[in-house]
Amino acid sequence: MKTFDYQRADTIEAATHANGRFIAGGTNLLDLMKLQVETPERLVDISRLDLNGIEEREDGGLSIGALVPNSDLAADPRVVEKYEVLSRALLAGASGQLRNKASTGGNLLQRTRCYYFYDTASRCNKRAPGSGCDAIGGFNRILAVLGTSEQCIATHPSDMAVAMRALDATIVTQKADGDKRRISIHDFYRLPGDTPQIETVLDAGELITHVELPAPPAGKQVYRKVRDRASYAFALVSVAGVIEVKDGVVASAALAFGGLGPMPWRNPAVEAAIVGRAPSTEAFEAAADALLADAKGYGSNDFKIPLARRTLIATLRDLTA
Amino acid sequence: MRFTINQKTYEADVDVRTSLLDLCREHLGLTGSKKGCDHGQCGACTMLVNGRRINACLSLAVMHQDDEIVTIEGLGTVEDLHPMQAAFVSHDGYQCGYCTPGQICSAVGMLDEVKKGWASHVTGDLDQVSLTDAEISERMSGNICRCAAYPNIVDAIREVAGQWGEQAIKPAPRSAAEQPAQEKVSA
Repeated sequence: MKTFDYQRADTIEAATHANGRFIAGGTNLLDLMKLQVETPERLVDISRLDLNGIEEREDGGLSIGALVPNSDLAADPRVVEKYEVLSRALLAGASGQLRNKASTGGNLLQRTRCYYFYDTASRCNKRAPGSGCDAIGGFNRILAVLGTSEQCIATHPSDMAVAMRALDATIVTQKADGDKRRISIHDFYRLPGDTPQIETVLDAGELITHVELPAPPAGKQVYRKVRDRASYAFALVSVAGVIEVKDGVVASAALAFGGLGPMPWRNPAVEAAIVGRAPSTEAFEAAADALLADAKGYGSNDFKIPLARRTLIATLRDLTA
Repeated sequence: MRFTINQKTYEADVDVRTSLLDLCREHLGLTGSKKGCDHGQCGACTMLVNGRRINACLSLAVMHQDDEIVTIEGLGTVEDLHPMQAAFVSHDGYQCGYCTPGQICSAVGMLDEVKKGWASHVTGDLDQVSLTDAEISERMSGNICRCAAYPNIVDAIREVAGQWGEQAIKPAPRSAAEQPAQEKVSA
């Protein structure tokens, strides 16, 4: 690990002015620092900031402090009761030890687990912009089939963020000048394009302080994750779904996907394919067609395209049963 | 820097890069916690920090100066084993023993999570937590045993959970504050 200056921030203002890399749980950042994939010159310890609470909002939603550990968020009785898809997604990720340490804000910002990003002997445009991408044409079984570019085919690894995308979460931040922003999760992540090293719309020094969930959605909630082993593995494909069926017709639907793209994926065309229709195999196939219309395999990950189709259809059956 | 480990205060002047695990093993002589992968994948380094199990290899010592840390040395002694240690012995929950300190610390932290009513990935109804063997396996998936002593590890944990009695396994009331960190440390 390269050495760094360490500074503990006592206030949000101090953190945003510290001109360094924020560290909370550290479960991803320290792993990457040991491998020298990440080499920050200054770490700003935000773990003692007062951002540990989960509060009910006037609109019936929740405000989640950025430092709430993943395990606490999954176990919060309001989340368990009203946002089950979020609890389920959190519990499907990582291990008990990691969930106890990993923070809500850090989970949103965790980096890809692409092997070539981790291996400093490989070319990677995300780690070393302009160096090339050894994943394309390489061992890309776990990598993306949607939203890729010629520069990068990495996936976003989070389960939590997939559920939050289905729940229309808002990310609240504070900048060094004191300005606060409320960023829809739908606008928070960036496609890789020519700059895969830039993953979100956050500015330098901008700190995530909270994540807000709107009032709980109507209908049934499911998180379905397909992975290489039954526990403690990243998603090959995952689906977070919230669907309300009224009078035999899909009244509303929110569907987000993990393991497929460089960000937790959501495409309104998928939902439009089933809303207003009676649940049926034809409707579910149409949703899968919409999801995968632009899917592109890179060899080893071609299997994800039919896997995503089947996983979506199975999830829609669950949600409308 | 000052650290509170196993209810003792330690002073150590360490590089900021030092992990909590290396602090204990390399600087304080607490070598019970083991280094397996050093990347949070194997669980051999599991400690209890403020009552919660974490991977000590993925945490900087400098960030734990105000915390209550418990390592395997703080759970029990050779003369007075913690119930989880005794159960691992009686069920032969290991072969080479390298992962065992992490397994035991993790199991102690895990049972506390069950007491608090935390569900897991395999829990059917998130409100109804009961400790089946499938639950134990899922909740312990962050601890790898390359000797594959898993069946005996599950037996040991099941026995300790059983010692609480039926009442204790039921979820705690949701409003209950978290348990104090070190109930068992004096054992």
